[in-house]
Amino acid sequence: MAYSEKVIDHYNNPRNVGTLNKDSKFVGTGLVGAPECGDVMRLQIEVGEDNVITDAKFKTFGCGSAIASSSLATEWLKGKTIDEALSIDNMDIVEELALPPVKIHCSVLAEDAIKSAINDYRVKNGLEAIVLEKSHH
Amino acid sequence: MKQPIYLDNNATTPLDPRVLEAMLPYFTEKFGNAASRNHAFGWVAEEGVDYAREQVAKLIGCTEKEIIFTSGATEADNLAIKGVFEMYKEKGNHIITAVTEHKAVLDTCKHLEKNGARVTYLGVKEDGLIDLAELEAAMTLETILVSIMYGNNEIGVIQPVKEISAIAHKHGALFMTDATQAVGKIPVDVNTDGIDLMAFSAHKMYGPKGVGALYVRRKNPRVKVTSQMDGGGHERGMRSGTLNVPGIVGLGKACELCRLEMESESVRLSGLRDRLESTLSKMEESYVNGNVEHRLPHVANISFKYVEGEGLMMAMSDLAVSSGSACTSASLEPSYVLKSLGLSDDLAHSSIRYGLGRFTTEEDIDHAIAITEKAVNHLRELSPLWEMFKEGIDLSKIEWAEH
Repeated sequence: MAYSEKVIDHYNNPRNVGTLNKDSKFVGTGLVGAPECGDVMRLQIEVGEDNVITDAKFKTFGCGSAIASSSLATEWLKGKTIDEALSIDNMDIVEELALPPVKIHCSVLAEDAIKSAINDYRVKNGLEAIVLEKSHH
Repeated sequence: MKQPIYLDNNATTPLDPRVLEAMLPYFTEKFGNAASRNHAFGWVAEEGVDYAREQVAKLIGCTEKEIIFTSGATEADNLAIKGVFEMYKEKGNHIITAVTEHKAVLDTCKHLEKNGARVTYLGVKEDGLIDLAELEAAMTLETILVSIMYGNNEIGVIQPVKEISAIAHKHGALFMTDATQAVGKIPVDVNTDGIDLMAFSAHKMYGPKGVGALYVRRKNPRVKVTSQMDGGGHERGMRSGTLNVPGIVGLGKACELCRLEMESESVRLSGLRDRLESTLSKMEESYVNGNVEHRLPHVANISFKYVEGEGLMMAMSDLAVSSGSACTSASLEPSYVLKSLGLSDDLAHSSIRYGLGRFTTEEDIDHAIAITEKAVNHLRELSPLWEMFKEGIDLSKIEWAEH
């Protein structure tokens, strides 16, 4: 199976790799997946005034498509408000990266990571966690 | 140096040019049907096949009449197991095999279970070898066949075939072995090893794809298999179908070259493999899978913890290897062979198999080492698990969201 050019680009030059201070109340951390399944994503957002995401970082254990999905997600998150970020759908990632059907779960995981990071931020700041739709997998 | 570097010789090997040269005339001027008894075209083709049969027999220490040519090892496995099951039905219906066998054996056994066979799948020890006491305990009066592979395709461990065949024979069962990875690489002698049936293939030993053979013992005891392909009664009635003359000639030549070069080649390959393995296993959190004493000279299987195998292969695009990770399969299940060694799923996902071959050079190995080290380090920089490990977090204590 060949990878799309965009997957290869994100894989070779991953954007926003790194770690934010998970103890900061401005930072939300999402850790999703499991080592036994072969993918784990950690996605972090830093939220500034007016609920705007000022920074996003990721680290991913997984295949090329998983790495590319999370790298793309951090790129999209920066500058978006929390509400805008919540509307990112995994199929947008599938489309942008031209992921084949067997790799759709990588995009699902990225969407889960975004929502889980947002929830972590909300709970830290005294807001209720948003009830997530059950994962598609 | 050629790029990418081919280190997947357990999947298939390139055709040796000397084999190709031997095959070529049999596509054109010597095109005859080996079964045509009444003209020179047939005789010439038959001569080619007979000569190949001798070359094959010489490699494994049997007589020419004991070689049945097939389309490959998968067909030979099917013919041996299904053929014995049907032929020896009166005697019993029990077959013993192991969980680390190739799918050609496992799925054939599963098929037979639907037709009344009882199959015991032996587990393996941590090093990939079966437990002989467990085999002995599994033998019953109904056991007609023990089928255990010679060398494993994923981790390269060599099963104690001599001891296994002795146990099978003591209990009146036949011993069959899938020796696809072993024949041509290490000395295999059907008499010393007590083998009754043995499957192998040309394309794993620098021969062409689409041809293999089943060895069927003719003396002490005389073994028979029911044919699975009916027709003109070729191959002593056990495998009908016009002989693949160029392929068979290629298999013969490949066997001859392996026999002549095995001694020096296996020393060269194990030297290169050891160099690759000892360097890479010095990396932090890397583990060699399978028994390192009883194994094929050309295979190394290494897990690099905290990186995922498929992602790793993508980072090593100049290297053609294979991984125990199955991120692409619908089940997301990693290698069943590695799992049966007791490896955790995450280590199985992190494994890379290096398969060296006749055309692998020292330079290739040095390059493969450099590429692997760079890729593993790069991916660990990206890995949240590596970061957590470095921070001293016990990953087994985390509640992962299974998906």
